[in-house]
Amino acid sequence: MENLDRRKLIVRGLLILYFIFLFAPIIWMLSMSFKTNSEILSSKLLIPQNFTTANYAEIIEDPQWRESFAVTLTYVITNMIVTLAVALPAAYAFSRYSFRGDNHLFFWMLTNRMAPAAVFLLPYFELYSAIGLFDTPWAVSLAHTLFSIPLAVWILEGFMSGIPKAIDETAYIDGYSFPGFFAKIFLPLIGPGIGVAAFFSFLFSWVELLMARTLTGTVSKPIAVQLSRSLGAEGWDWGVIAASGVLMIIPGAILIYFVRNYLAKGFALGRV
Amino acid sequence: MKIRDNKAWFFVLPALIVMAVNAFIPFITVINFSIIDVFMNLPAVSVGMENFYTVINDDLFRGAFVRQVGFSLLILLIQVPLGIAIALALPKKSIWATLSLIGLGLPLLIPFNIVGIIWRVFTRADLGAVPALFSVFGYQYDVAQNAVDAYWTVVVMDVWHWTPLIVLLAYAGLSAIPDAYYQAAEIDGASRWRTFLFVTLPRLRSVLTIGILLRFMDSFRIYTEVFLLTGGGPGSTTTFLSDVLVRKAVISFDIGYSAALSLIYFFVILVVSYVFFLVLTSVGTNDDEAVPE
Repeated sequence: MENLDRRKLIVRGLLILYFIFLFAPIIWMLSMSFKTNSEILSSKLLIPQNFTTANYAEIIEDPQWRESFAVTLTYVITNMIVTLAVALPAAYAFSRYSFRGDNHLFFWMLTNRMAPAAVFLLPYFELYSAIGLFDTPWAVSLAHTLFSIPLAVWILEGFMSGIPKAIDETAYIDGYSFPGFFAKIFLPLIGPGIGVAAFFSFLFSWVELLMARTLTGTVSKPIAVQLSRSLGAEGWDWGVIAASGVLMIIPGAILIYFVRNYLAKGFALGRV
Repeated sequence: MKIRDNKAWFFVLPALIVMAVNAFIPFITVINFSIIDVFMNLPAVSVGMENFYTVINDDLFRGAFVRQVGFSLLILLIQVPLGIAIALALPKKSIWATLSLIGLGLPLLIPFNIVGIIWRVFTRADLGAVPALFSVFGYQYDVAQNAVDAYWTVVVMDVWHWTPLIVLLAYAGLSAIPDAYYQAAEIDGASRWRTFLFVTLPRLRSVLTIGILLRFMDSFRIYTEVFLLTGGGPGSTTTFLSDVLVRKAVISFDIGYSAALSLIYFFVILVVSYVFFLVLTSVGTNDDEAVPE
């Protein structure tokens, strides 16, 4: 019995160590964001000696930052809407029907998720310049759908397969048309799945930098680009960089709170 | 019981159209670029496989390729066992379980460039906590100058960033295993290790397949975080494949080379992922314990 307790203590201790490792870098950045630049360079204490919110004020008052925040949100949300709109029927087809080439199609979709973003940089540049979308949020959101659709289909298919077919049939007997059934009965049932799929679409678009940077130029600057620019131009303003880093963690942290219970489930139920 | 109906294609069509515009056209463009040579404003000349030979014989590519394979293997060897171990150690049902899951999700939600910046400010000689910590033990840690430090910092950063994904997946898989299985193992007098090996692990197969595939694909494409942390240096210690590709495509605008590299790159990921997929889905399927799908 004593042996078992010691074992438990060791496991718990190691787990706490891991969580310290997990939070330490984030806390360090949080602490930096409340320091002045001279303090960042001179002192290595975790608690800021001259507590300041000037770094945050600088970001919030700068119209360029606000603009790039709007650009980023535009393509992130567009990507999410387009992805869900096309992934929902596709996932329904994969979960309910078997059709010629379905498995090949599914694997082909996933291969797009595998492609290194860097592979597509040059062709995208050419493609979106040719159709006049270059340097707009729309180009970025379209490019991102290539990566978020396969994942969304994968997740949604998992959730849909968990809904018994009998539900579909009962609804038809009750006189529902297909669109009526889909919107009024089926979608609410897979609500958590839609949440998780939307979450991953949001996540991918929000964290991606390479394509966002290549497909935008001078007019529309995503927040990630704005950030990289302030890295070089203003002589490494560490306080502002740390503050913007903290601000960019917040949307994700809010999202994860809402989908925490479905997150792991979304993958666990998946097709593979 | 799926209905066999080819009309289901109509449901897939919207997704297919959006993806085809995004995938086919660029893909064909890449193939086209890979076999031509563009010089100034002269008409493009077809050069056949020459670009591929140039890439394969290029030391920059070879070095990055070897480093990339080593890095991805190392990442999988660390993250998968660590992720499973943490998932096993996590509390099962309490407020702590919820808090742990939220905490674990946090690194996954941080934009890649911010991850790079977080680790940069955490490890930089003049700003970071890590160098300060190492100097207490009398070690001069320097991520910008010392190749060994730089490499391990990139590895640790990736472990920090992505192990939570494996944990979340394994945790979900674990919570789906019925208690009866463990009780049966206990009655049979199985040791902890054997219970894990023969009861737990086979049941985690499907979630681990997803986890390993995603981790392989993504570690093989790693770019942004490393770019911001080390910029590929010192020297070329942390220069991985995407870095070479971005340099060639966007900075030196060497179209033929980068297109050929893109195709080789993509092909390698495709083949390795497919092999992983086959191996992981076939292992253990002949056991009596196999999960009925």
